[in-house]
Amino acid sequence: MTHVFTSLQPAYWQSTIIKLVVAAIVVPTTALILGIVFLFKVMSWMQSRKGPQEAGPRGLLQLLADGAKFVQKEDLIPDKADRFVFKAAPLVVLMSTLLLYAVLPASEHLVIANLDVGIFFALAVSSLSVIGVLMAGWGSANKYSLMGALRGGGQLIAYELPMVLAVVGVVIQAGTLNLNGIVEAQANGSIFGFSGLGNPFILTQFVGFFIFLAAVQAELTQPPFDMPVAESELVGGYQVEYSGFRFLTFFLAEFATAFAFAGIAATLFLGGWWFPGVNPSSNAYWVLGPVVLFVKIMVVSFLIFWVRFTYPRFREDQLQAFAWKWLIPIALLNILATAILKVAF
Amino acid sequence: MPDIPGKGLIKGLGVTFGEMVKTLKPDSMGGGPATVDYPHVKEDPVPRARGVIALHEENCTACMLCSRECPDWCIYIEAHKYLAPPRREGGKPRQKNALDRFDIDFSLCMYCGICVEVCPFEALFWSPEFEYSEPHIAELLHDKSRLAEWMETVPDFEAYEAGSEQKVKKVPS
Repeated sequence: MTHVFTSLQPAYWQSTIIKLVVAAIVVPTTALILGIVFLFKVMSWMQSRKGPQEAGPRGLLQLLADGAKFVQKEDLIPDKADRFVFKAAPLVVLMSTLLLYAVLPASEHLVIANLDVGIFFALAVSSLSVIGVLMAGWGSANKYSLMGALRGGGQLIAYELPMVLAVVGVVIQAGTLNLNGIVEAQANGSIFGFSGLGNPFILTQFVGFFIFLAAVQAELTQPPFDMPVAESELVGGYQVEYSGFRFLTFFLAEFATAFAFAGIAATLFLGGWWFPGVNPSSNAYWVLGPVVLFVKIMVVSFLIFWVRFTYPRFREDQLQAFAWKWLIPIALLNILATAILKVAF
Repeated sequence: MPDIPGKGLIKGLGVTFGEMVKTLKPDSMGGGPATVDYPHVKEDPVPRARGVIALHEENCTACMLCSRECPDWCIYIEAHKYLAPPRREGGKPRQKNALDRFDIDFSLCMYCGICVEVCPFEALFWSPEFEYSEPHIAELLHDKSRLAEWMETVPDFEAYEAGSEQKVKKVPS
């Protein structure tokens, strides 16, 4: 059966259309899955609640109902808003999310664009969301929005650095920026000569893994790094003036980005689509790859959301101090240690 | 032993994870959520829950104390005097007050319970019922027949904690 996949040689335009359709289906689905599983269910359980119960079996369709509700709502634009910027901002944020999915490999061939600079591209486009956040804050013509956007800008820039630096350790160890190459480097590696599990970089780069997760948390503006949208002081930060479908776009982008970042973390540190014991060039990965990657993503997402549901919010100065005084120096030391060990062995 | 930095953070993660495990465990193992499926299952009311105020009309003497003490002025009382037959033969007929109107406007009530406290004749009681929302705000004005209906839901008097001041019944029943 597997040779059916390999014997197909679609033309460029055909494969492009297939990729577009798949991305258009996959991206909202991932946001839905994360929203239902973690935001509704796991969060409820951690607060000793059952979560939504009424919509669908065990309340699993609640988010669809909420989505339908958002679509019905009135699309409000403030009188003094910069209308073009206001309308474009959610799309910029969503675009950054969609571009993240472009390089995320679900198996050796199941990737939209197998770029040689894959991880570099992913980190670059993830920063685009800062522009969307600043546009939303500016375009809303609202003090709270502007404050939230400026906080968001400061935070996203501050945490972009530790994220990049945490990835550098992995890149040094793998010797490539290509995400498939990084997966294969982990698959072909060995732990002290034992190659059964390969060498998931979480073992050697666990410092990088934790820094990466902390930075992801901040990039997603989730608690404990949710100063930009702090409900109790800024109402909703840069999202204050958004309603209906535009707010839904922000929501979708946030959760789809969480999924994509979890996917990148799984690829960099947990071996991505590779399953121990199955040769990475095997045809089984046409089916096995997405499944394995999905499981790993859910594990990483659980870590991300577990932290989200546990910790209270950082104060703004603590938030900046944490990035500049702790994460970045530790990440630099991690790079240094990785580089020395790479040369030594 | 000096504190390990980040120990509290790990402990916090443990708390949320433990809570999740506890919620997911079946009831038979001492698990389950702290909440109930509300519209289908009703929670047991807490002792002395303040849900709605019930009126025991026979005890009311229309003394107006509740109405006067009410901070929101949400109790409306109208009454007339009448002569009741004498207790003993040859005695004078007794003058009593009969209620014409006893309304509590629950759209104004702030559930402070002062009326229940001040009532000298055990005519007002707290009931734990809370499901009496209405589509129109005017319907939240409960008249004396509605207030009397709540009497069925008033729980038996619950003993105070050991050592606390004992409640003395003001009216012999």
